[in-house]
Amino acid sequence: MDLLVNIMLGIIIAATPLVFAAIGELIVEKSGVLNLGVEGMMIVGALAGFAATIELGSFWAGIAAAALAGALMALLFAVLTQSLLANQVATGLALTMFGLGLAALLGQRYSGKSAPEVSKLHIPGLSELPIVGPILFGHDAMVYLAVALVAVTAWFLKNTRQGLVIRAIGENHDAAHAIGHPVILYRYVALMFGGACAGLGGAYLSLVQTPFWVENMTAGRGWIALALVVFSAWRPWWAFMGAYLFGGITIIQLHGQGMGLDIEPQLLAMLPYIATIIVLVLISSDRTKARLNAPANLGQTFFKSS
Amino acid sequence: MPKQGDVLLELQGLTRSFPGVLANDQISFRVGYGEIHALLGENGAGKSTLVKMIYGVLQPDSGVMKLHGEPFSPASPAVARAHGIGMVFQHFSLFEALSVTENIELGISPELAAGDLRQRIIDVSEFYGLKLDPDVLVGDLSVGLRQRIEIVRCLLQNPRLIIMDEPTSVLTPQEVDQLFKTLRRLADEGCSILYISHKLDEIRQLCHAAAILRGGKVINTCTPANETAKSLAEMMIGEVLVPASRDERELGDVRLKIKDLSLPSVSQFGVGLKQISLEIKAGEIIGVAGVAGNGQQQLMTALIGERSAMVPEAIQLDGQSVGQLGPGDRRRLGMGFCPEERLGHAAVPDMSLRDNVFLSARESQNLSRSGVLDHQNAQSFAADIVETFKVKTAGTGHSAKSLSGGNLQKFIMGREILQNPKVLIASQPTWGVDAGAASAIRTAILELAARGAAVLVISQDLDELMEISDRIAVLADGRLTPAQRVEQVTIEQLGTAMGGSSSAVLPDQSIKAGQSVPKGGGAHVQD
Repeated sequence: MDLLVNIMLGIIIAATPLVFAAIGELIVEKSGVLNLGVEGMMIVGALAGFAATIELGSFWAGIAAAALAGALMALLFAVLTQSLLANQVATGLALTMFGLGLAALLGQRYSGKSAPEVSKLHIPGLSELPIVGPILFGHDAMVYLAVALVAVTAWFLKNTRQGLVIRAIGENHDAAHAIGHPVILYRYVALMFGGACAGLGGAYLSLVQTPFWVENMTAGRGWIALALVVFSAWRPWWAFMGAYLFGGITIIQLHGQGMGLDIEPQLLAMLPYIATIIVLVLISSDRTKARLNAPANLGQTFFKSS
Repeated sequence: MPKQGDVLLELQGLTRSFPGVLANDQISFRVGYGEIHALLGENGAGKSTLVKMIYGVLQPDSGVMKLHGEPFSPASPAVARAHGIGMVFQHFSLFEALSVTENIELGISPELAAGDLRQRIIDVSEFYGLKLDPDVLVGDLSVGLRQRIEIVRCLLQNPRLIIMDEPTSVLTPQEVDQLFKTLRRLADEGCSILYISHKLDEIRQLCHAAAILRGGKVINTCTPANETAKSLAEMMIGEVLVPASRDERELGDVRLKIKDLSLPSVSQFGVGLKQISLEIKAGEIIGVAGVAGNGQQQLMTALIGERSAMVPEAIQLDGQSVGQLGPGDRRRLGMGFCPEERLGHAAVPDMSLRDNVFLSARESQNLSRSGVLDHQNAQSFAADIVETFKVKTAGTGHSAKSLSGGNLQKFIMGREILQNPKVLIASQPTWGVDAGAASAIRTAILELAARGAAVLVISQDLDELMEISDRIAVLADGRLTPAQRVEQVTIEQLGTAMGGSSSAVLPDQSIKAGQSVPKGGGAHVQD
């Protein structure tokens, strides 16, 4: 039983950074922008969150700093791609490399330090229930924030006017502009929200999951988040499930290795990637639906010509 | 309370330039309360730029606008809308992946969108005879139905001035009559209308005043009722027009035979083809009339070969069954195609004209040698098209999307016609094209037929079909009526066949028919 609880806790902790990063990128892509810099924004967020927590001694200061740092990275991307009309793919790749380098440089003095432990939520009664208690009611606040964020995002996109405008801009920015919606403003806001979310995902890595600062500690999670968005066909709850699936298999294969399964560890380590892709491809196989959800103007530069 | 004749909108010396082009040069005219004011001009004359300034999409470099006598300089369409200006665009500002209701919601203010928008859409669309299903995805609708969305969106805002850019090009005669009734009623209620059209007869019927634009300037203003269509056209083009002449042609053997062609619709809301049969002889032009959304798209994709027919014999070219060949094979056998969508279907918007000729003429013009593109031949073929069809472009190296609609259409028609096809299939060859270019395209089609080609023209413009066709058939609800000689049919008869009845409100074919498509009948043929 302890093993099961341990595995479940591991899954939740492994999935949460992906949930944050993926839901942010989902909004960005729904608005028609392809920001490949998620990895870079995550790592900068991870460092900012870690540094602020150490220097200011407060977990929440760290979280705020991480969101701010991610949003600033995204602002850089927004200025380059939305105002200066730079190519989104190239700029996104550059942002990732820039973020990794910047975080490595500024993070040198934090190497080897570890973050203070984050307090878990404790609900008297509920948290003490066997099995269900620790799995559902015993996490830090960020886990619940991630779930709430997915719920709010899904609702926002579907039911609010601003959500509708974001979908419309991603679908056809010229038409949206002709009607009078401020395409570039919306994309700036979406990008900064996406950056802040990536920053939060990074901070969760350095403050909760590891919890210490190491160079390159995001280890490709930004790219996984990007893939989750596409394979989930831009649906928030599917991206959420994808993140948990990925986190789940990561943890299970780790336990498998620990128990000495007679399979090459390299093969096991591949498993989360392969399984996540297969499952998400299968559930997105209704192509007409996927095509409807895909923002038609994704990655295209909006040039205010008329 | 303003009365008829007072000035609602006054333009004084509006000027706007783009890099290298003076699009509007000192434009001045007035629109009165309750006046239907025509804006006439060829493509590229500056009409779009002008109305975009009035609607706040663009800002003038200099000049003044006054609305109700007050200075008016809308910084955005939202400001223009708040001042009671609505616009029905020629190129629809619609989002294919969103529903009709969502599309309309995006185009109106949040206050107006509040409440039961869906019900109001139904009410307004029925009140004005523009029936619409509010829950359908726009991507599944035909051009004609998409335009209804734009009009309904505009009417929902109770505008003081409606700008209409080529509103009737996709409507049946009965729908046009209904729209005119609507517009006249609106005008009587004091709403002004700025009406852009190339259809000169319509302008003479409908409009109280007209401003004629050429080369970015107001060349003339007039009362259309006092002019003839010919005199209006000549003012607009600045030269004397010769109508396309239809000489008697010798008809040859049957070139294209369509036999019991049935094809289920791809989309849930489209119309499938039901038992279509037609024979076209060499030298003959057949017109297919019909309201958008009655199977035109399916017919076009079946004839092009984008979708295979159920049996090869359903389509025969010179006695050879081609029903299950792809577009490339059909071209090799001598068929030519001009689909309805110029940008994205007939031409690649971002590719140069020179590169666009490769799309359909690569084999017939020997534009590649063992797989290597011959750019020089392509260049000379493209230049040939530009010269023969008088395409206005700065050069064949410019992208297809840089051309105006009329010029690109001339280029695409030229690309197909200069390959001397045995059979030419064209859908909406002059949609949204100005009078001069339209006349050139029609003449080219007639000349091709005179050289012995069989031509099928699918169009919603009955005047055009009457002008060029030898025989006309009507496509309604996926069925094709027998083709009749043009001399033996009237516009009214055709209109009745198109709409089912002559009553003002047409039954909405596309929505009804979508449900009658047999389930499991191969609706997944295409991806």
